[in-house]
Amino acid sequence: MAFENLTGRFQMALRRLTGKARLNENDIDEMMREIRLSLLEADVNYKVVKEFTDEVKELAFGEAILKGLNPGQQVVKIVNDELTKLMGSQAEPLKLKTSGISVIMMVGLQGAGKTTTAGKLGAYLQKTLEKKVMLVAADIYRPAAIDQLKTVGKQLEIPVYEEGDKVNPRTIVKNALKFAKDGGFDTVIVDTAGRLHINETLMDELIDIEKITQADEVLLTVDAMTGQDAVNVASAFHEALSVTGCILTKLDGDTRGGAALSIRKVTGVPIKFAGTGEKLHELEVFHPERMASRILGMGDVLSLIEKVEEEIDEDEAMSMMEKMMSGKFNYNDLLKQMKMIRRMGAFSGILKMLPGMGQMANMDKVDDKQIHYIEAIIRSMTPEERSNPELIERSSGRRNRIAKGSGRSTTEVNRLVSTLEKQQKMMQQMSNIRPETMERMASGTPVSQAKRNRGKGRGGYRF
Amino acid sequence: MTMGLFSKLFSSKEKTAQREKYKIGMMKTRKGALSGLKEVLSSSKKVDEALFDHLEELFIMADIGVNTTVKLIQQLRDVTKKQKIEDPRQLESVIVDTMFETYLKGQTVNTNIRFEKNGLTVILFVGVNGTGKTTSIGKLAYQLKQSGKQVMLAAADTFRAGAIDQLKVWGSRVGCEVISKEAGSDPSSVVFDAIRKAKSQSVDVLLVDTAGRLQNKVNLMKELDKIQRTIAKELGKNAQETYLVVDATTGQNGLSQAKIFSEVTPITGIVLTKLDGTAKGGIVLAIRDELSIPISFVGLGEKLTDLDYFDIEDYIYGLFADLFEGEGSHGSNR
Repeated sequence: MAFENLTGRFQMALRRLTGKARLNENDIDEMMREIRLSLLEADVNYKVVKEFTDEVKELAFGEAILKGLNPGQQVVKIVNDELTKLMGSQAEPLKLKTSGISVIMMVGLQGAGKTTTAGKLGAYLQKTLEKKVMLVAADIYRPAAIDQLKTVGKQLEIPVYEEGDKVNPRTIVKNALKFAKDGGFDTVIVDTAGRLHINETLMDELIDIEKITQADEVLLTVDAMTGQDAVNVASAFHEALSVTGCILTKLDGDTRGGAALSIRKVTGVPIKFAGTGEKLHELEVFHPERMASRILGMGDVLSLIEKVEEEIDEDEAMSMMEKMMSGKFNYNDLLKQMKMIRRMGAFSGILKMLPGMGQMANMDKVDDKQIHYIEAIIRSMTPEERSNPELIERSSGRRNRIAKGSGRSTTEVNRLVSTLEKQQKMMQQMSNIRPETMERMASGTPVSQAKRNRGKGRGGYRF
Repeated sequence: MTMGLFSKLFSSKEKTAQREKYKIGMMKTRKGALSGLKEVLSSSKKVDEALFDHLEELFIMADIGVNTTVKLIQQLRDVTKKQKIEDPRQLESVIVDTMFETYLKGQTVNTNIRFEKNGLTVILFVGVNGTGKTTSIGKLAYQLKQSGKQVMLAAADTFRAGAIDQLKVWGSRVGCEVISKEAGSDPSSVVFDAIRKAKSQSVDVLLVDTAGRLQNKVNLMKELDKIQRTIAKELGKNAQETYLVVDATTGQNGLSQAKIFSEVTPITGIVLTKLDGTAKGGIVLAIRDELSIPISFVGLGEKLTDLDYFDIEDYIYGLFADLFEGEGSHGSNR
């Protein structure tokens, strides 16, 4: 029955209060292994993972454990917080000139999505910032790259400057700037050819284009699916050019996108936009704080942490605990407790997420409806009855009336009454015993065994 | 586990030229992941946990992935224990042999194109966006043409801007006909037309270019299913080869790609592109390990000739090129 699980919940609450208050090395090591694997599977660079987990380990050591979490979840929380910090706490806007022509250079490996993104970015600037945008086709190498940009430009009604594929890209951009000035454009987006970061000739070409255009933004376009090599690519481009931002493309796939973290950690370059679909409006301002949890995975733990942080008022929980310990626990308190639990979502779902609850014997029997029924019963009580449970205990007339009023059976009402009674007694007893014993109890060690461990004549606790 | 494989790797002189290409392709920077192997082995005094940790790092850095890496390391542990190997230098051959056997899985891997003896062979290229499908088709068309086959291309990527033009450029470079419709047409109808036309003109090989699609887009995957069904209907069977094109820089998502694409249409092999960068493309080893899909071709550069049949020996050689370099002129003196 639900009530027994509630009791379990209280035990866990006690454990959190009387048990581990701070993270010890063991807790951290245990969780770090999993976090390491999770980050590696998300394609975060091996060295970045190592550095990051070492740093977090130090940070986490001795950290206080938040009420409502167990040590493992607390470590996940710290890791997620640090990841978020590392990724940057807010979106970084483009730094464009307020007057004159701003130049944005799109660079990256082949197939990262530069041309598509150039178009998307143009549309974004035109629409949201009301810029007068021109695209420049400076990829003269890939077959039909110019056609592609022209098609994109046509769809978006953004002019494309091109001189075919026979003219040196340096000349093209020089002429394009002149053309933009004459045409009254204020934003020029240069689509460069995809190149390997180790191709010196082509990298030199980029360096020259950056010099010629005095680019305001050099945006490195990176495929969100990139693996360990992301660090090499980003570093090489960043060494050659002053990359001002990254655009993470194909983020609408099912990749975890660990490359974002690697790039951010190694180069410090912020990720400014994310490509989230094949259509030309599917470009979003990048929100680094949302990316952290995607990379880390562990979604269920994170959502629990979020809920615990949002919903549980610590003071409320504390006063509840005090009441329980004093043995003056009444139906009003029980109702409050139910509310607290319901605020956190479906009861059975939340129980599964709670530390240690998975092992509770009656796990499967937890029924959200039971909570409803108990609430109905309590709500059929008079205010006096709620605050003074003895009234109900003593009178079968009251119990019958409550049963009728709530639409539940008398048996159920009786059960609730006796459960509250039992709970009161238990809590009173608990408040008289030593904390260590409680901890052992809560961790599920059978009492009989606990007794044996303590030796003859030293036990004798009765539950 | 035999030492024979390792010495075989050193001795086959005739392969030096091709191997050189892999080496150049994969070793353009010395910073690349697995090139640290030699250093790790020579700086370690004994075979211990620290050494295995180093190896683990090298494998992960090559995108081989956690699962396959853990498996490889475990095998290495077992072998060193069984053979009582204490000198790290002796590990070289064990590592190469272990990777070799992990790839082969006790099978004979034949990645040659399964040409139809009499009639049309259809090769379908699929993959996520930007992996190099169109370029790989251009390169393969050139090679097939060189070998005397009559080749036709089908522009079934009707979605991406400029995709049809791009394939047409390749068609005219290589000198083969490109079947296309206007942008936005149903790709299956392009394939339908192309197969009919190819049959009527007694074309030997039809290479079908498809739009890049992320594997989690259900509608696009259905479109691919329709393309394969059209081929099956017109050809009487699935395309003889369906290649999944994977970018060597791809990380662990490559596994998801291989898994979900093969759920929609049987994948007969992988084309690993852009291996001429610093990425090692180790994810294909994980794909082979977990899904048994072999690698058929590798793209090693931007020239028409830069597409080669995959050779596991050469690939391992490329991964550990620095290891072999010190051993003499590519080990031919062993």
